[in-house]
Amino acid sequence: MATIEERFDAIVVGAGPAGNAAAYTMAKAGLKVLQLERGEYPGSKNVQGAILYADALEKIIPDFREDAPLERHVIEQRIWMMDDTSHTGMHYRSEDFNEEKPNRYTIIRAQFDRWFSSKVREAGGIVLCETTVAELVKDTKGHVIGVLTDRHGGPLLADVVVMAEGVNGLVGQRAGLRDELKPQAVALAVKEMHFLPQEVVESRFNLSGDAGVVIEAMGAVSKGMVGTGFLYTNRESISVGIGCIVEDLAKSGVTPYSLLDQFKAHPSIAPLIAGAEVKEYAAHLIPEGGFRSMPAIYGGGWVVTGDAAHLVNSVHREGSNLAMTSGRIAAETIIWLKRRREPCSFDNLAEYRKRLEASFVLKDMRKYQKIPGLLHNNRQLLNLYPRMLSGVAQSWLRVDGKAKRSKETEIFKAVRKQRGLVGLVADGLRLARAWR
Amino acid sequence: MSTQGTRIEEKLYQNRYVVDAGKPHIKVRDHDIPSPALKSLVTACPASCYSLNEQGRVEIVADGCMECGTCRVVCAATGEVEWNYPRGGYGVLFKFG
Repeated sequence: MATIEERFDAIVVGAGPAGNAAAYTMAKAGLKVLQLERGEYPGSKNVQGAILYADALEKIIPDFREDAPLERHVIEQRIWMMDDTSHTGMHYRSEDFNEEKPNRYTIIRAQFDRWFSSKVREAGGIVLCETTVAELVKDTKGHVIGVLTDRHGGPLLADVVVMAEGVNGLVGQRAGLRDELKPQAVALAVKEMHFLPQEVVESRFNLSGDAGVVIEAMGAVSKGMVGTGFLYTNRESISVGIGCIVEDLAKSGVTPYSLLDQFKAHPSIAPLIAGAEVKEYAAHLIPEGGFRSMPAIYGGGWVVTGDAAHLVNSVHREGSNLAMTSGRIAAETIIWLKRRREPCSFDNLAEYRKRLEASFVLKDMRKYQKIPGLLHNNRQLLNLYPRMLSGVAQSWLRVDGKAKRSKETEIFKAVRKQRGLVGLVADGLRLARAWR
Repeated sequence: MSTQGTRIEEKLYQNRYVVDAGKPHIKVRDHDIPSPALKSLVTACPASCYSLNEQGRVEIVADGCMECGTCRVVCAATGEVEWNYPRGGYGVLFKFG
């Protein structure tokens, strides 16, 4: 077994968006950084839809567009409310998104993470792959001083350990720094990569050049569970997936892969992926519990970033940007302490929390803290409203010799029968209250 | 819509794995009667790693595991699933992720 005698300024656990952001930022500032990744290469264990939000990465690597593996910049967003045979859509497409520095891109994570990691190495960080961190090492006072891995005999020591280990977060859990994920606060997403010739992708979505479309779908596709489906266009592939809260899924007796296959077979989705060659099937957990399920994010000698800290904005489907931003802010805090020759103690690392509170990350997490509970207690509405919308649209659009006034009456009756005026108003109020 | 045609083996066949032979990273603890949580893994596992044997016990073959963690979360309260990351470099290897 190899031993590494030297002591590091920081050890980063994990090479996803949070870990890479942290490792890169610290290495670039001249800190001695060791990053540990259990996959064969950075990205090989990582799964995401995936959408990259440029702003979060720009603040770390301003010129990333020059060589990062990006698929398509997003010019159109579709939100689909689905029943079994229809979708009611809200689409927004704008030529303004065809800009010099686009705002959102679709990416393929295994490739993107590998690129991001190469930047960490260029900045002087040491990246060790195929190395699983087994546990944290603490001193007699409980202050974290390093990690034990499955590849090195002795402990690897550092002034601070940045945990960017992802949603499962076993390292922090086993050290007693946070609890196990709760089945009601985590979603399982399954996803397939469907390959099609570039021109087919472009013609099916009315695209040219590097422009892309993303679809987020809810309603009947999640079979009464809290969940959403998605379809993202890449350069010559389409990512199709669906995610549901684990507790709902375990109770339902529905298999995740049949849920995915039924989503793919929906008449609104099937033609978009027809004839594609599937090259990968992936599964991954997403921490959906929001602000109220967040663990402690700092302590003596450690900080937690990204999914391990449950930093996911489930309303806006944002996660990787919160991960990168938390990684960057953790790194900046550590750099700031180093320069002041201050130790990474519990009291000093409170600065990380303070800075994260001042950023959009915890402001957004706070804003939507009531949403997970709202969905949990009203999951039937995720099915009802899309079905209602579809019914309304269909009655309205069918021309069948009925007078319009009687048609309107019919529609209102149907809506009231399904939910009732009191229910409608109460749902609206509940949502408004949770949203603000 | 029907569920027919869902062949999980075909889905998993697309994936790359480096199996750590003889060292499964997930184990089901010995049991006589599985809890409802453990039993639910037969359907909830996205790689269909869990199955019910003739004695009514739940078994796992973790070769197709995508390391999502669902089984660990579902059985956290009962403690019937022992879950570790595979050794560094082993397990699923996503080409796209």
